[in-house]
Amino acid sequence: MAEVEETLKRIEAHKGVIGTIVVNAEGIPIRTNLDNSTAVQYAGLLRHLTMLARSTVRDIDPQNDLIVLRIRTKKYEIMVAPENGFLLIVIQNPCE
Amino acid sequence: MLQDEEEGVDTGDGWDEWSHGKALTKPADQLELTEAELKEEITRILTANNPHAPQNIVRYSFKERSYKPTSVVDQMAVHFVLEGSLLHQDSDEARRLRAKEGLPEGTEPDEEKPETPATPVEDGGEVEEAGEEDRPDSVASKTDKKEPKLTNQFNFSERASQTLNNPLRVGRICNNTLFSLQWEIYDVYVEELQKQEKNKEKQKAIPSKKDNEKSKKKMMLMETQGDDFTKVGKASKIFERMVNQNTFDDIAQDFKYFEDASDEFRDQEGTLLPLWKFQYDKAKRLSVTALCWNNKYQDLFAVGMGSYDFSKQGRGMLVFYSLKNSAFPEYIYPTNSGVLCLHIHEQHSHLIAVGFYDGCVAVYNLKEEGLEPVYKSTAKTGKHTDPVWQVRWQNDDMDNNHNFYSVSSDGRVVSWTLVKVSQEIILVLYTDILLASILILVVQRLTFHKQIDYLFLVGTEEGKIHKCSKTYSSQFLETYNAHSMAVDAVKWNPFHPKVFISCSSDWTVKIWDHTINTPMFTFDLNAAVGDVSWSPYSSTVFAAVTTDGTVHVFDLNINKYEAICQQSVVAKKKTKLTHIEFNPIYPIIIVGDDRGYVTSLKLSPNLRKKPKAKKGQELPKGPEVEIAKMEKLLSLLREPEQNAV
Repeated sequence: MAEVEETLKRIEAHKGVIGTIVVNAEGIPIRTNLDNSTAVQYAGLLRHLTMLARSTVRDIDPQNDLIVLRIRTKKYEIMVAPENGFLLIVIQNPCE
Repeated sequence: MLQDEEEGVDTGDGWDEWSHGKALTKPADQLELTEAELKEEITRILTANNPHAPQNIVRYSFKERSYKPTSVVDQMAVHFVLEGSLLHQDSDEARRLRAKEGLPEGTEPDEEKPETPATPVEDGGEVEEAGEEDRPDSVASKTDKKEPKLTNQFNFSERASQTLNNPLRVGRICNNTLFSLQWEIYDVYVEELQKQEKNKEKQKAIPSKKDNEKSKKKMMLMETQGDDFTKVGKASKIFERMVNQNTFDDIAQDFKYFEDASDEFRDQEGTLLPLWKFQYDKAKRLSVTALCWNNKYQDLFAVGMGSYDFSKQGRGMLVFYSLKNSAFPEYIYPTNSGVLCLHIHEQHSHLIAVGFYDGCVAVYNLKEEGLEPVYKSTAKTGKHTDPVWQVRWQNDDMDNNHNFYSVSSDGRVVSWTLVKVSQEIILVLYTDILLASILILVVQRLTFHKQIDYLFLVGTEEGKIHKCSKTYSSQFLETYNAHSMAVDAVKWNPFHPKVFISCSSDWTVKIWDHTINTPMFTFDLNAAVGDVSWSPYSSTVFAAVTTDGTVHVFDLNINKYEAICQQSVVAKKKTKLTHIEFNPIYPIIIVGDDRGYVTSLKLSPNLRKKPKAKKGQELPKGPEVEIAKMEKLLSLLREPEQNAV
């Protein structure tokens, strides 16, 4: 528990990282350093996308599974990972 | 029949006779019968049979292929047919006829109209009434004219009463939630399989049911603790690496793809490209005392932290880094005393042997949780009395136990074995290899031969190197007067079985053939040499680090007298480089210094040269080539010696 907490703190403190969000199985952000409305918005939207991506990967080969989905946009990079029903989201600006 | 007719005719004639008088006339063709025959009584049977119906109708039967008489013959005699024209008054046709008749009636009142004014007024009313009577009829007939629609009495419904029914589509109803995807099916199957396995296990483990229940209760408690982000543990690790990769993207790209193009112009020299820099906050005061790459996971390396300074002894640290994450170590083990040496087991890369400044040796297991070593030597089990300078894993012994050697300045070379004693594995001191009684050795370095298992070299603080054998524990096989100061490193060549290299604080690096007492090559590096290491890809390439912060890379195949690369890799001039190691597969080296930093550098192509193939010849590969290369060099050196001798 503490290890994960530390890792998340390190990620948040890392250069260029705008924010992290941990979303639980019901779609509610349980830990974030962004404001609540943004977090909720990200959680809701990315949940659907991740489910769709996961479904695509597994449809091709059911023994395969999605680990990370990386969305590189003009302004920053969004990284989403589904795990155990939870969702971990990190937004980083890599070119700072 | 004929007689009937006859009689009938008779009676007929009889009537005719009445009208015309009684005159018996015999027709010409009348049968003449005797009186007896005339009196004969003949019975007449009245049947309903048709006398005209044929009695011998024959039909051809294809089944029996012959003509067969039909048994039943139609006996109906039609006497009179008249087609009737009667209609039921309520039937449709009748109504239609009436309507038609009504029309001419309707026109008639019109014709009568002009006549009515002609008739006297009294009649006019009657006629008008009649006309009126006719008119309603005509109106009715007119409305009747809009004939009632012919409808199917079984299957008709008014259009106005119909609702819009879309035709049933034969085909899939596309609704995302109803899609049965391949993976959903797969998941269900996997669940079923697991359930079946659980059932099997339950059947087997019936006596331990109570324990299961207890453990189940515990499990329940854990799960109801609520949102736990240990569940994203794995993902967070991956993310840390990804975030680092993004930040140090250019370094990662360089590591993978950059090849210094200017090497072509630089004749034979090469350069070192600095890549990641590894440092750990809590280890800032410590210096790097040992480096070791992991053979299995070639991006993982171990760093031992401690201090070489006699006066500054304190705690130490064992830290593991991965190239994938340069910001934070993968594993951290704080230790009580400074780490002086470490070695990762070549086959079981989760076992690490560590030697400490206080003379202890320990074995860490990366697979185990916890920060303590799995096995540690204590005063009872025979730890060294002086700092342990080198540890080295050996191949498993005959009982398949892991074992390693340690060397310390108390003069002992000790072999430790991990022995299974009553279900536990403990560290057992096996043999003291060299007894200090022979010589007061202050042994510092130890290296084992790769192929010849029993042969090893020890370097001492006095500057001598001794060749020893595991089997002859009381005597040295050979002694080399190598250096004037302490030997800092002794290493066998990974390819050539006879060659080893040594370096010392007397500023020199020497290469030896173990059969010859004098060095083959000597290099003066203008500063105390901290460490030297052979490269894993070539038998003639090696690198050395000095206390002035420079890395020297030599390739004997290219230049026998000078380094092909001399580069300062430290930020501050006062930092001393303490250790250097080549990565087993990637073209990078890691260099540790006395400030606790580990820097990774990429070797430029010139430093990794393979011998050029002559045109048309295939380039031979394999360790034999390397050995041959070295042998060629050595033979060149030997020949002048022989000539001189």
